[in-house]
Amino acid sequence: MSGQRAVCNTPRRSVEPNGWRGLRRVTALSRSTEAGDMKYTSRDVVSSIVIQMLLIMAVGGVGWFLVATTLGNLESRGVSTGFAFLWRIVSMPIANSWIEFIPGVHTYARALLIGLLNTLTVSGAVIVVCTIVGAFIGIARLSPNLLLAKSCGAYVEAVRNVPVLLQLVFWYQLILQLPAPRAAFKLAEGFFISNRGIRYPSFGDGTAVGIAGLTLLVVIIAFIFAAGLQRKGKIRFGRLLSLPIFLVLAICLPVAAVLLSGQATVPDVPVLKGLNFRGGATLTPELSALVIGLSIYTSAFVAEIVRAGILGVPSGQREAAMALGLGPLVTLRKVIIPQALRIIIPPLSSEYLGVIKNSSLAVAVGYPDLFAIVNSMISDTGQAVEGVTIIILAFLTISLAVSALMNWYNRSVALVTR
Amino acid sequence: MSHFVTTAEKPALPRPVDPSERGVAGWLRRHLFSSWSSTAITLIMLLLLGKLAWLFLDWAVFRAVWSVPSAPSPDTQACRTADAGACWALIREKYRFILFGLYPYAEQWRAALSVLIFISLYPLSADRRLWGWKLVMLWVAGLATVFVLMYGGVMGLAYVPEDQWGGLPVTLMLATFGIALALPLAVVVALGRSSANPTVRTMCVIYVELIRGIPLISVLFMASVMFPLFLPDGMNFSKLLRAQLGIVLFMGAYLSETIRGGLQAVPAGQSEAAQSLGLGYWKTMYFVVMPQALTLVLPPIISLCIGLFKSTSLVMIIGIFDLLNAGKRAIAEPAWQGFGAEAYIFVGAIYFAFCFSMARFGAGLEKRLRRDR
Repeated sequence: MSGQRAVCNTPRRSVEPNGWRGLRRVTALSRSTEAGDMKYTSRDVVSSIVIQMLLIMAVGGVGWFLVATTLGNLESRGVSTGFAFLWRIVSMPIANSWIEFIPGVHTYARALLIGLLNTLTVSGAVIVVCTIVGAFIGIARLSPNLLLAKSCGAYVEAVRNVPVLLQLVFWYQLILQLPAPRAAFKLAEGFFISNRGIRYPSFGDGTAVGIAGLTLLVVIIAFIFAAGLQRKGKIRFGRLLSLPIFLVLAICLPVAAVLLSGQATVPDVPVLKGLNFRGGATLTPELSALVIGLSIYTSAFVAEIVRAGILGVPSGQREAAMALGLGPLVTLRKVIIPQALRIIIPPLSSEYLGVIKNSSLAVAVGYPDLFAIVNSMISDTGQAVEGVTIIILAFLTISLAVSALMNWYNRSVALVTR
Repeated sequence: MSHFVTTAEKPALPRPVDPSERGVAGWLRRHLFSSWSSTAITLIMLLLLGKLAWLFLDWAVFRAVWSVPSAPSPDTQACRTADAGACWALIREKYRFILFGLYPYAEQWRAALSVLIFISLYPLSADRRLWGWKLVMLWVAGLATVFVLMYGGVMGLAYVPEDQWGGLPVTLMLATFGIALALPLAVVVALGRSSANPTVRTMCVIYVELIRGIPLISVLFMASVMFPLFLPDGMNFSKLLRAQLGIVLFMGAYLSETIRGGLQAVPAGQSEAAQSLGLGYWKTMYFVVMPQALTLVLPPIISLCIGLFKSTSLVMIIGIFDLLNAGKRAIAEPAWQGFGAEAYIFVGAIYFAFCFSMARFGAGLEKRLRRDR
């Protein structure tokens, strides 16, 4: 694997320093001296305590100095400390938001919530798109067809050797350079792309889409849950747990739910009226550029991870499957992919964490994600310490949640040994 | 398992490649037209790539505008006609601004020379015969020359303050110092994190996990906004130095995790043998464990260097005049507004040249290290 990025898949467990027993002397306090182990002298114990005390005092002293000077500086600049400012009214407008936001009425807390939702939106969209594109490119790089393999290789090299920020501003600039709505490019029926972003058909005020999405989520979770039960041997579902039945349920149930709820089912297709579009919904240039740029950049890394994963499966596995008379698709689905996933999931999860962190580059194209909102909040109120605290807490929480999810998935695909 | 075993007769496997099928025709048949599906893919790809190549060539070469009247002020009307393609005149007019930013025009040879020093130091560092103190001395001498050149104020060179630096020299500086200073920090943190001293270990864990959990841009932001708050009045660093500090802190956390991986991979017998020879902790680490650990993780360290080189572009967001920011400012002028793609392609090509050559070097090194083992 030649992933070039800050891949953070080194194991997290704390390590014994390669059997360097001399080191253990300093922890004599916390360990019982076993028979046959090195004898600890009281001098070592005392020096260990002294070293740690000195260290704690030094760090504490520096910390105290920093806190004291910061408080002093904040006081001399007339900035109040604490999170009370969250309930102050915001006067700046926010361009992209899932929930209503009126400048001059709503508070910083609500603005931050919008920022968090926007961060999650971008990260979610990018993770889905980059996984699909990356998987295709990664598999295509292994194609026996040289033209396909080499062009995918060129794509990967071109994309991953150029900074992601540059790619973002490039796509943003490109979208802004597109013709105005009246000369918009028609991608498909009802889909237009112009310098105002991507216009697409929508369903009413989004409630119908929300209901369909929620139902789909319920179906997916139910299937995962059922698969878990079956694996543990509690209930046997047999043929009920197959891909065709899943697809039928995943399509029919959301449609049925929308029909039952009585929401608008006729899509609101955008049409060109005069100088702008009527109807439909818009993906703003900022969000489009962000999703396109981040997806393309990350897809190159995902492609490399997928390729390394598939190459990591011993070729004897494929040969054995073929010798059993399995077709190429069954071989891929039942033999290659389950084993490749074990190699793919850990680096893929750190790639996803990278996407969430990279989504903060939204500030460069003017999309109001969490970082951008905190940024303008700090320049308005001057409460830098609180702002940075919010950023750190939010990103750490999201990162930990994603790692927990991916670790759970990793355990479910991991090799089960006695 | 009967479920997976087919009973139908399978078609015979394809014949092995006929040794007579050599030459261009045989090569084409093997690699591009080996089966119906392969032929279809080849044809579709040819169509797609042909179309893309035509669109790009048409825009970038055939309909491109290579120069515009520049005196007294650039007149970009030629680029704004309906059938004008790429406006390369922008690069022709602005390349010095993109490369060197606001550095005084007459003194830009100094910035160019600094860039040359950096560019010639990189391949020298790739030469394994020079690895060691010789290389360190070379770097110290090179960087000292760069600072004299960029700052001036001695030997008849005019003084150029830091806030006038910009473009490629700033990017190269941030990346080079980012690595050079993060490496010792990372070694210390990696040792600390694998140390048995609970206080040291906890502090290293907190530092590494905190930095790795948040985006680089928030570290840079902290460095630019919070840092002045931490320090008493009157004591302050320049913006560039603060960004550099942020980059070093960020890089140190990631590098230390990589180095810790290398420490884990060095067999325990090595340090035990060193200990039995009577070496103390620091000597064991310096002479026995670290050299092996660092060699093991050289390829991932190079990947991190590439990542860092690209990440230096983020300083644009806190308003530092690096290569990307210079490209962005170049098209902010009213005359050039609307021609972004050309400037970004130019800047992107420079980043690509650096990163791609580093990646090639890394891949070669990885192969050589694997062979050595």
